[in-house]
Amino acid sequence: MSENVSLVIVSHSPDIARGTAEMVRQMVGDEVKVAHCGGNPEGGLGTDVQRILEAIEQAWSPRGVAILVDLGGAETNSEMAIEMLPEDRRGRVVLCNAPIVEGSIMAATEASGGASLAEVRATAEELSPVT
Amino acid sequence: MTAFPDPASKPTARRAVTASVRLRHEAGLHARPAVKLTKLAKKFSAKILVAMLPDGPWIDAKSIVKVMATKTPHDALLHFRAEGEDAEAAVLALVALVERDFPDDG
Repeated sequence: MSENVSLVIVSHSPDIARGTAEMVRQMVGDEVKVAHCGGNPEGGLGTDVQRILEAIEQAWSPRGVAILVDLGGAETNSEMAIEMLPEDRRGRVVLCNAPIVEGSIMAATEASGGASLAEVRATAEELSPVT
Repeated sequence: MTAFPDPASKPTARRAVTASVRLRHEAGLHARPAVKLTKLAKKFSAKILVAMLPDGPWIDAKSIVKVMATKTPHDALLHFRAEGEDAEAAVLALVALVERDFPDDG
C-alpha cells in the first residue's frame, strides 16, 4: 500500500500539540504519520515558523501533509512555513480550517484509508460548529 | 441466480447485502468505536451505508464525520447495507466488529 497523507499539528501550547498527536495515535493508530509543534523559542505560548517547517519535514509524505492549527498566529505562521517550502513541496501541504483536536482525529481517520490530501482536508473541514 | 456477477451489470444494480446488530458498547457509538467502524468500512470497495432505523436515513459508513455525528446510543440497533464486489465480507466484518465490542486489536 502506498504511503498515506500525514498530519502536522500546530498549537500555541506544546502540551496541546503533543496531547492531540497522542490522541490521534491512540484513537486512529500509527498508519498515519503525525508531527507536532507548539510554543515559541523562549519556551512560552506561541508558534514558530522554523519549528513548523521542521514538523513538516518530519511528517513529510509524498501524498501530502495536512496541517491542523489552533488560533491566529498558528495559522499565519503555518501559512508562512508553507510559503518557505521548496516549490515542489509547497503544493502538497495544506492548512485545514477545522478545530485542532476534532479535525486531527477526522483527518487522520480519513488519511488512514489512503484518501487524497484534498479528501483529508475536506473531511476535517466537514465538521461544522455545534449548533 | 448465477454464481458470478454479470460483468455487464453495474455495481448499483446488484442486490444489497444487509444486516442488523445491537450496539452493546456502553458509551454508544462514541469517538473510538466510530473511528474503528469507519476505518474497517474503508478497507472494502463496496458502498457501505449505516442507519439507526431500518428505513434509514442511511449514511455513508466510510465518513467518520457522519458516523460520529449519529451519536448512536448504547443498545441501539445498527443497520448495515452494502453494495458491490465485497459487500458480503464488508457487512460480516462490520457486524463482527460491533458484536466483539470494538476490540483494540481490530
